Amino acid sequence: MSSTTHTSTIGAIGAPSRRNTELALLAFAVVIPLFAYINVGLALDGELPSGMLGYGMGLGLLAGVGHIVVRKFASYADPLLLPLATVLNGLGLVVVWRLDQSERLQNLAKAQFGAFSPSAPNQLMYSAIGIALFVVVLIFLKDHRVLQRYTYISMVGALVLLLLPLVPGLGMDVFGAKIWIRVGGFSIQPGEFAKIVIAVFFAGYLMVKRDALALASRRFMGLYLPRGRDLGPIIVVWAMSILILVFETDLGTSLLFFGMFVVMLYVATERTSWIVFGLLMSAVGAVGVATFEPHVQKRVDAWLNPFSEAVLQGNSDQIAQSLMAFGSGGVLGTGLGQGHSDLIGFAANSDFILATFGEEMGLAGVMAILLLYGLIVERGVRTALAARDPFGKLLAIGLSGAFAIQVFVVAGGVMGLIPLTGMTMPFLAYGGSSVIANWALVGILIRISDTARRPAPAPAPNPDAEMTQVVRP
Amino acid sequence: MNKPLRRIAIFCGLLVFALLARDNWLQYVQADTLAKHEKNRRVTIERYSQPRGDIIVDGKPITGSKVTTSASDLKYKRTWKNGPMWAPVTGYSSQRIGASQLESIDDGILTGNDDRLFFRRTLDMLTGEKKEGGNVVTTLNGAAQKAAYEGLKGRGKGAVAAIDPSTGAILALASTPSYDPGDFAGNTDEEAEKFIELDKDKDKPLVNRALRETYPPGSTFKVVTAAAALEHGLYDDIDGKTRSPLPWVMPNTTTPLKNEGDLPCKNASLREALRVSCNTVFGKIGADLGKDKMLETAKKFGFNSEQFIPVRSNASNFPEDMDKPQTALSSIGQFETAATPLQMAMVAAAIANDGTLMEPYMVSDLQARNFDVIEKHSPKEMSEPLSKENAQKLQEMMETVVKTGTGTRAQIPGVTVGGKTGTAQHGVANSKNPYAWFISYAKTDSGSPVAVAVVVEDSAADRGDISGGGLAAPIARDVMEAVIKSKK
Repeated sequence: MSSTTHTSTIGAIGAPSRRNTELALLAFAVVIPLFAYINVGLALDGELPSGMLGYGMGLGLLAGVGHIVVRKFASYADPLLLPLATVLNGLGLVVVWRLDQSERLQNLAKAQFGAFSPSAPNQLMYSAIGIALFVVVLIFLKDHRVLQRYTYISMVGALVLLLLPLVPGLGMDVFGAKIWIRVGGFSIQPGEFAKIVIAVFFAGYLMVKRDALALASRRFMGLYLPRGRDLGPIIVVWAMSILILVFETDLGTSLLFFGMFVVMLYVATERTSWIVFGLLMSAVGAVGVATFEPHVQKRVDAWLNPFSEAVLQGNSDQIAQSLMAFGSGGVLGTGLGQGHSDLIGFAANSDFILATFGEEMGLAGVMAILLLYGLIVERGVRTALAARDPFGKLLAIGLSGAFAIQVFVVAGGVMGLIPLTGMTMPFLAYGGSSVIANWALVGILIRISDTARRPAPAPAPNPDAEMTQVVRP
Repeated sequence: MNKPLRRIAIFCGLLVFALLARDNWLQYVQADTLAKHEKNRRVTIERYSQPRGDIIVDGKPITGSKVTTSASDLKYKRTWKNGPMWAPVTGYSSQRIGASQLESIDDGILTGNDDRLFFRRTLDMLTGEKKEGGNVVTTLNGAAQKAAYEGLKGRGKGAVAAIDPSTGAILALASTPSYDPGDFAGNTDEEAEKFIELDKDKDKPLVNRALRETYPPGSTFKVVTAAAALEHGLYDDIDGKTRSPLPWVMPNTTTPLKNEGDLPCKNASLREALRVSCNTVFGKIGADLGKDKMLETAKKFGFNSEQFIPVRSNASNFPEDMDKPQTALSSIGQFETAATPLQMAMVAAAIANDGTLMEPYMVSDLQARNFDVIEKHSPKEMSEPLSKENAQKLQEMMETVVKTGTGTRAQIPGVTVGGKTGTAQHGVANSKNPYAWFISYAKTDSGSPVAVAVVVEDSAADRGDISGGGLAAPIARDVMEAVIKSKK
């Protein structure tokens, strides 16, 4: 393989726009969740669900709007990202609706909050807002490099977003994690938005400083150590992450930001030593905090012994319930609507939504979902490879890397691979902030990929060309 | 910048791969363990998702299932027809507490999970039929059970066991005070409290006294001692004089063994000694035979081993290690001798069946929902505690007891009845009210249809009134009569 085919992974000059491919895939992305929806209705009530037409048209309309806007404003964009996000969002909606039908969860909500309100209509509304934000990004962000101008404003913005949950009267403590704020009647998870804003800041900052950060001081065990004074930024971000962990008791967000920074730092400087430093620092941070922070200790306990009496009684049975939901699903699952994943109780339709997929769609279904996520990340990384400017590369890899880490942290948590952290499955899980922020994330990736694949403007006509005609013999 | 990008791509690939590997571990390798985990509520939900199979008596179910009305994820709960009467037979099956006795032992058949139903289940799955529980058909006799339960209920605490001597089939198994398993079949807190209340009750209503309580058998054990005397050739003629002085001082002691009152026990014949229930005669027989020979006969009747009918019955006890005076006391059903009502019914049944003891059982067959028989019990011989001639001699003796002895209240017009009363003392220095015993069998032209053992622990009655003949014999008579009537 020659290096040229590698560097311009997505199309060379004059590449086809692939908009029709996207449209065909979108048709699947709408039809698959629609079938799932019908499936749930048949399993629960034995008849076609009444909202079938409305739901199908709603999802179709959202996908259609997304497609038209992409066709008009980002015609060379990657054709997979929009259908992938649509199918995940659609399936998420189906399962949120399915869990709305659970009597057990309804009773739980009544016991806890006095009343039960279905989540699916809200989720549909959040999806619509998400698509709207996606459209806004594509229409108003003509070139992603514009974002570079807002590097330091982004930094301030990200800090404000991250600190909001700590503001008294605004922040909410939900089961030990302080990552929510309440505005009007809505609860918002600012961390989801901070993810994007902080990626913009990192990309802008690292693009400028990469040469300095890449300077090596001395060699140690095969690694070029960075200069002491260049350690500043990574220590600041590390300290931020630790602060998030300690004050918001949110392991997930903390891990996500630090991971994203290390990935982007490595890509910007091409120095493996940064990865080693990053891993060391996160290990030190995690272990350090775990020694005095009971919230983190509890999570680790629940992860190590999900079935022990101490954990089930005094801590939470969520992980045990989640594991049993996966196990009960087996290879092919019970079929949508026929499982008992609602035993998980609180957060069954948000953080733990993957367990419902596990029980009702089985190993086959979860593998498919994971591969869909894998594909989104893969398209993101390809976009980074294809981008022609360093800022675009860094932003794309930052966003895709964060997406990958988030999927790993959440899915790994509910499957008992790593300690559970309070984060949501992108697109699948119930939650306005998550859905809206992830649509914006996909919008930015589509914008970068459009810029990357767009044919270079035709070279200006060279006046000399006419003069030097080849004389045929 | 592209080289690190590719590495990051590989890293992301590894993250996804780790998730896929973990998922395979969970949903393939560990799937079964997790699906059947003891904490997995799905197992319970599944168990109660269809009506439970029934327990059948006389061709009619004595149990049922109904849809739970309380907000519960467990759909069906168990119901019983006349629960307190049948509780010693069925046991309970509660969503909260679990199951006991027959409900527990044949749970697989009743829920439909039994492997023997596997083929049917697979077919049902293909044809889309819902899984259904099978039935457990018992040998019990509804009329006899009713007679036993009604008889006991009027007399406080006690138990009855009735057996068909020719097959070993259990005909009645009653215990009072009883409980209604329907009171705590569901999953609510009130039902759980009801169970705790029953469990703490000092009258122990949850204990199946017919199988799980051992009582000193008192004079009813003299039948076993008589069998041992005949079998081991100590005496041959039941009407000949025995070598029995009165008073009789137990060997190696200075204590004379007392009779209940001034009885004509001096050198009394076996028939006479059993009729008036002489302690001296049978105590001396025990001492003369020695503990080994007594133990041998007792064991042949089923003592010292648990019975499974298929519900477990506690082992009755004939002491294995004792001296001569203790052997004498044990031979009249005192000292450490203790027997379950089932055990004493087995003793009567073996004698009534001409010396052959049949294995007791109460489940005749297990059926699938469509009445296909999955397993059928065929009567099995358990042992031969005494020969046919000796058994018939003993029958004559027991029939004399009912005709003119202590057991006259068990007489049934037109039916030959043999029996033996017992009044067992217990408590420190015999301070507590004694237990009233009666064991008997009835005989018609076509052999013996029923043998029965009754024990009544009546703490309210005046001590003087408690005797096997007075309290227990009428119950035994009613049970035998019910069986004979139902055979006609």
